Amino acid sequence: MAHGAGGKASRRLVEGLFVPLLSPATPQSLADAAQVHINGTDMAITTDVFVVKPLQFAGGSIGELAVNGTMNDLAVSGARGQAIVTTFVLEEGLPTSILEAEVRAMAEAAQRAGVPIVGGDTKVVEHGKADKMYISTTGIGQLLSGVHVDPASVRPGDKIILSGPIGDHGITILLARGELDFEADLNSDTRCVFPLVEALASAAAPGIRWMRDPTRGGVATSLNELARDCGLSIALDEELIPTRDAVRGACELLGLDPLHIANEGQFLAVVSPEYEQAALNALASTPGGEEARIIGAVREKPAGCVLVNTRYGGSRIIDMLVGDPLPRIC
Amino acid sequence: MRFVDEFRDPEIIGKTAEEIRRLNDPGRHYRFMEVCGGHTHAIYRFGLKDLLPSNIELIHGPGCPVCVLPMGRIDDGLAIAQDQSVIFTAFGDMMRVPGTNGSPLEHKARGMEVRIVYSPSDALKLARSNPDKHVMFFAIGFETTAPSTALTLMRAKAERITNFSVFCNHVTIIPGIRAILDSPDMRLDAFIGPGHVSTVIGCRPYEWIAANEHKPIVVSGFEPLDLLQSIVMILRQLRGGEAKVENQYKRVVPWEGNRAALRAMAEVFELRPYFEWRGLGFISQSALRLRESYAEWDAERRFTVPGVRVTDPRAAQCGEVLKGVLKPAQCKLFGRECTPEHPIGALMVSTEGSCAAYHSYQHRKELVSSIQPVA
Amino acid sequence: MCLAIPGKIVEVIQGSPTLGTVEVAGVRRKVDLGLLQDDMPKAGEWVLIHVGFAMSKISEADALDQMRTLAMLGEAEQVMQEVRGYGLGEGESAAQEKPN
Repeated sequence: MAHGAGGKASRRLVEGLFVPLLSPATPQSLADAAQVHINGTDMAITTDVFVVKPLQFAGGSIGELAVNGTMNDLAVSGARGQAIVTTFVLEEGLPTSILEAEVRAMAEAAQRAGVPIVGGDTKVVEHGKADKMYISTTGIGQLLSGVHVDPASVRPGDKIILSGPIGDHGITILLARGELDFEADLNSDTRCVFPLVEALASAAAPGIRWMRDPTRGGVATSLNELARDCGLSIALDEELIPTRDAVRGACELLGLDPLHIANEGQFLAVVSPEYEQAALNALASTPGGEEARIIGAVREKPAGCVLVNTRYGGSRIIDMLVGDPLPRIC
Repeated sequence: MRFVDEFRDPEIIGKTAEEIRRLNDPGRHYRFMEVCGGHTHAIYRFGLKDLLPSNIELIHGPGCPVCVLPMGRIDDGLAIAQDQSVIFTAFGDMMRVPGTNGSPLEHKARGMEVRIVYSPSDALKLARSNPDKHVMFFAIGFETTAPSTALTLMRAKAERITNFSVFCNHVTIIPGIRAILDSPDMRLDAFIGPGHVSTVIGCRPYEWIAANEHKPIVVSGFEPLDLLQSIVMILRQLRGGEAKVENQYKRVVPWEGNRAALRAMAEVFELRPYFEWRGLGFISQSALRLRESYAEWDAERRFTVPGVRVTDPRAAQCGEVLKGVLKPAQCKLFGRECTPEHPIGALMVSTEGSCAAYHSYQHRKELVSSIQPVA
Repeated sequence: MCLAIPGKIVEVIQGSPTLGTVEVAGVRRKVDLGLLQDDMPKAGEWVLIHVGFAMSKISEADALDQMRTLAMLGEAEQVMQEVRGYGLGEGESAAQEKPN
């Protein structure tokens, strides 16, 4: 299970098994989408599979996640999603009303995101062989001109921008499972972030070094991956990281760190100092980007690490997640 | 967050850190032990070591109930749950702790019914709603947590819920502190006393540390200001040549403890003659088991357990790190064979264990000479 | 054993056990008030929560007292420095005046 959680184990699986066997010749670093060049046109392509329990939760459902997730992977790779195909794996006995609800949710999400779902497939498996429903989406998009995301282009002094409050999705799901018996007024933040990325690109394209959507494993995992990929260090200012009260409260109660919690409607961008103000202004003036903040900067050392500075002069290293975040009582 | 944010006020933290510098005798090497794993975690989480003068050393004590749990006990608990009709429940802290054949989560992957609970009462609730299964609660924790297990058992008995049992690994803090002080290679100047254990046992149980061992002990809260203020109080005592018990965490810790909690514990539990603490060996009268009157809810009596003792590899120097004789990085296995992902010894298995905390939050920082501010 | 968080009781639900709905920054859960049976908390009071049980009442008075003490840190020293700055010499009472 740890291999699917987005952190160290996932990375080892991809780097250790998939890449060597599937694409040994491709020099690309592990990004959210792959770039392909077809007869002079630069496209991005990505695929994702969505497994979530419960299927429906405050603020969204699996269908919405599936559309937004793929659009976001394309967006942070600098691409406008142009078409999605989808596959459903359904558990035998799943009520049609549930399937219909998810298909509707996908259609609505696709319409909001301005992307057509052009094809798909369905398979039914035996009862007990799928958690009601798994959805896979593959998206193809056109690269925005002037945007080049590459960890190798990151330099000390670059700034880290976060699009909005963290932890909403992961905590919503945790509470929705009902096992911990907590309640809160919280919703998943699932949304398509492309409009924000587009605004960022219009104002600051030459300054964008890297982007990522911090899904499973949270901001900490995404930034650790960056630190590893670029061989530099990331320093975050804890007090600058936007977090809703309820997320903070749930994390304190359960002994979790918001930086490790999944997000489905946020993205991180590294921009050069010359463009940081333009970048922030562009996001702040785009609907949905009002809570964007600069949360940290790139440093030389300690290489490969992410450091969190407290408000009063202390600091700690924050690592990638190993497996899912677990509540603790100690 | 009320009663939390006030104690993270940067300006007052600055003043308190300044007071520590003022009281500090730079010619002296101070060694203060924080007993409780929660304090270890807080120290790292808040980066408090960065605020202290370099001659004040914080040694991490044995108050981590996951760390001191022998692997054989995890094996025993998991053996009980091999039966398909048994649901293994425990706090999240236990889920990745390795047994001889894997952790509870790994057993879950192989088909065992394993559930994380936030409260022992949630485990009881599970038993109520699953009458055809048996719910076993794998209980861990010091005196902070034992009363909640006790109350839960009292409720189970009152309601005659028979498909519920507790596998009890509760340990008591005073014998752990005694084991540290009895160790010949220990050199400590003072203690930062456990905060939440003290809400139950009060401050009296620590009086012998001051009276017999002549070491100051300050019962401390968990916010940055609490820990820093406790260090101020310790330094003041040391400067004045005093050794007494003080309660820094007054807003929450009653000097006499919580009578109702102690009554519940006395009703349900009795002391085991001895119990093994991983890294420290057998300590007498240091752990709890269910009384005869609760035998029906005692997993160890209802089920047969292998009871096999599993020893740690010789190379693991957990005992010395626990006693403050060695720093985590000085253990030969640290960061190599023994990491948070592949823990070999006790102190790597829990996020608040000294080695795990040091490895996750601090280790790589020390490889750089200075940390620069962000903006 | 140590993760315990302050929460405000928003509702007490009598019964066996007596439960309290507690709120922490907008997150709510029912906690067991059984360990505080000798001095049952009321709605509006703050308690320390650990594994779904209330362990202790939180004294606002003690919390304020602590903050006041800490806020004054350094002030006593400042006063002393000021007094020393009057040039009256160590060990002499501040009331004595230096002869001209």
